[in-house]
Amino acid sequence: MVPLWMFLLVAAALFCIGTFAVLSRRNAIAILMGVELMLNAVNINLVAFWRYGTPETMMGQAFTAFVMVVAAAEAAVGLAIIIAVYRSRKSVVVEEVDLMRG
Amino acid sequence: MVELNAHTVVFAIFSIITLGGAVGVVWNRNLVSSSYWLIFSLFGVAGLFVLLSAPFLAAVQVLVYIGAVGILITFSVMLTRGMTQIKDVFNRQSAASGVVAVLLFVVLLVGVVLPVWGPSGALSSAPASDVVATTAELGVALVDGSQYVLPFELVSLLLTAALLGAIVIARDQDK
Amino acid sequence: MDVCSINNIARCLVNSGFDPALAQFITILLGVVVVASFPLVVVIFLIWVERKFAARIQDRIGPNRVGPYGLLQTVADAIKLIAKEDITPAGADRLVYNAAPIMAVMSVLLIWAVIPFSPIHVGVDLEIGALYFVAVASIATLAIMLAGWSSNNKYALLGAFRVVAQLVSYEVPLVFALLVPILFASSMSMQDIVHAQSGMWFFFMAPVAGLIFFISSQAETGRAPFDLLEAESEIVAGFNIEYSGMKFGLFFAGEFMHVLTNGVLMAVLFFGGWLGPLVEQAPIILGPLYLFAKSTFWYLLSLLIRNTVPRVRIDQLMDFNWKFLVPLSIVNFVVIAVLLRLCEALGIAPAAANANDFVANIPQTLVLLLGNAAIAAYVLNRLRRAGREQRLAEAGRTLAAVGEKAAVAH
Repeated sequence: MVPLWMFLLVAAALFCIGTFAVLSRRNAIAILMGVELMLNAVNINLVAFWRYGTPETMMGQAFTAFVMVVAAAEAAVGLAIIIAVYRSRKSVVVEEVDLMRG
Repeated sequence: MVELNAHTVVFAIFSIITLGGAVGVVWNRNLVSSSYWLIFSLFGVAGLFVLLSAPFLAAVQVLVYIGAVGILITFSVMLTRGMTQIKDVFNRQSAASGVVAVLLFVVLLVGVVLPVWGPSGALSSAPASDVVATTAELGVALVDGSQYVLPFELVSLLLTAALLGAIVIARDQDK
Repeated sequence: MDVCSINNIARCLVNSGFDPALAQFITILLGVVVVASFPLVVVIFLIWVERKFAARIQDRIGPNRVGPYGLLQTVADAIKLIAKEDITPAGADRLVYNAAPIMAVMSVLLIWAVIPFSPIHVGVDLEIGALYFVAVASIATLAIMLAGWSSNNKYALLGAFRVVAQLVSYEVPLVFALLVPILFASSMSMQDIVHAQSGMWFFFMAPVAGLIFFISSQAETGRAPFDLLEAESEIVAGFNIEYSGMKFGLFFAGEFMHVLTNGVLMAVLFFGGWLGPLVEQAPIILGPLYLFAKSTFWYLLSLLIRNTVPRVRIDQLMDFNWKFLVPLSIVNFVVIAVLLRLCEALGIAPAAANANDFVANIPQTLVLLLGNAAIAAYVLNRLRRAGREQRLAEAGRTLAAVGEKAAVAH
């Protein structure tokens, strides 16, 4: 099989691309997409460490399943908030949503 | 070094799909295209799961991300902008973000992958064991009282709460 | 040395001097080609069957010019489609526009990888077969979304919006119905599900789940009465309006293949797949024969529904799913799970040793059938009542008023 560090490398690269998306995009949905990429990078790491470390236990797969559920919940609520914000402010650019600014 | 066989080639293909898709998400100005690239990238992740002998997670990945989250994101993009111009620009800190992302990558590379700070377990080239837990065992573990039944129930509660919350938040108040 | 046949290609190749790895690769490649091209070839015939069937229902003759009984009509149509000019609309997203029809066909073809044709012939017997089917089928939603968006046409986009709402909604009862055979077989592998039915077909243990599965897969195909995605009279032709030539042909073929695939899935999940008398003696001939005989029944039923039931409105479609099918499928699943446990506790369930025995399965089947009958009776009663109330409301009266009138008359 491919050595473990190659999986970690791909996951690290994916995480950093996600980070860049979160930090640099203005549209809230694009930021959410970046978060999804980061969560998936974490999942790759979890499954890779499980496969190379303790494949006879269930830890890695169970954790990944939980992360997926949380990611799905995050996407649903996040997008609902974005749509609600869009309805009241007619914008999804995060810098323009500043009602709470002092 | 890494020997070239079918496994390595498939790994390379799925890695390129994953990372190429991710770059497509960041680089595309058109948000709809971005969301399609996101689905493409997440499909690559499903392929990596298959390589890591986790077929259940791969199928769930396709089902949840491609069938649900991807479609949801595409839908929201279309709902929150005019149909004709769905364009987006980077913010002022994009150059700084690029530097941060690259630095983070270097730190991860040095800290985890290359054994600079002491020997690293990440260099192990072969899995610890070829005995892989099956999907049936995962199913049992999720509902076993001594293993993951509490997190499992909590997560289902979270999912229900998120479902209700999403409907309440996104509902049009005027109607 | 044994005779070369479909069952030992790999060994034959090695014997005739091939490298073992290469022989294995060739065998797998052949398997993939056979499994993937089989539905594509069958669909040419199926289009003819469907057109003839529809014609007879509508008191027409149907295709009868090309070849005997018009059998070659589809071939002529395919040649016409290939020869047609391939138009890409201005402003279309070219890459996505071209990828969408391929994905639509792919999502159906991939399902065939886990269909068991006989005890030994199955593309790949995945441990997660049933889940794989659901995952792969969800790609179809994406394909239609891509087609609708990339066409740069408002009717196409409207059609795509409808599709997503419909397909995502109907996936819920589909999965809940699918859980029932998985529960009976305690496995997600398609081959295990078929083997578990050697004592009793699952349809007799859970007819309600079988019908829910059939109805929701009919909706997943997007055919009448659920053909809102291409309602010709409302949104011209929906998501595929801009497609021409063979790209349109691919969507078309994908839809026809999906109907047959639904029939095959019904046969595998609820009607014992390749099981039948004497199948152990001649698995290669009888297995596929039984499978397709059972599939054909559901296929023809699907055609009958398509040609006789009018299209529903979008709000009726959603109401039918969320207020009827989803609650029903959840209740059905819970009732069956409880009854199964009850049978086990009371010792009615067949022991593992004689699980394949028809007689040993009868008591448990009766209990489950009774549970199903109770659900069906309650649901039908409620439906009757609701329908009556609605008819009366349209006539401007209430049920109570009718009751009083009846009392006065007495």
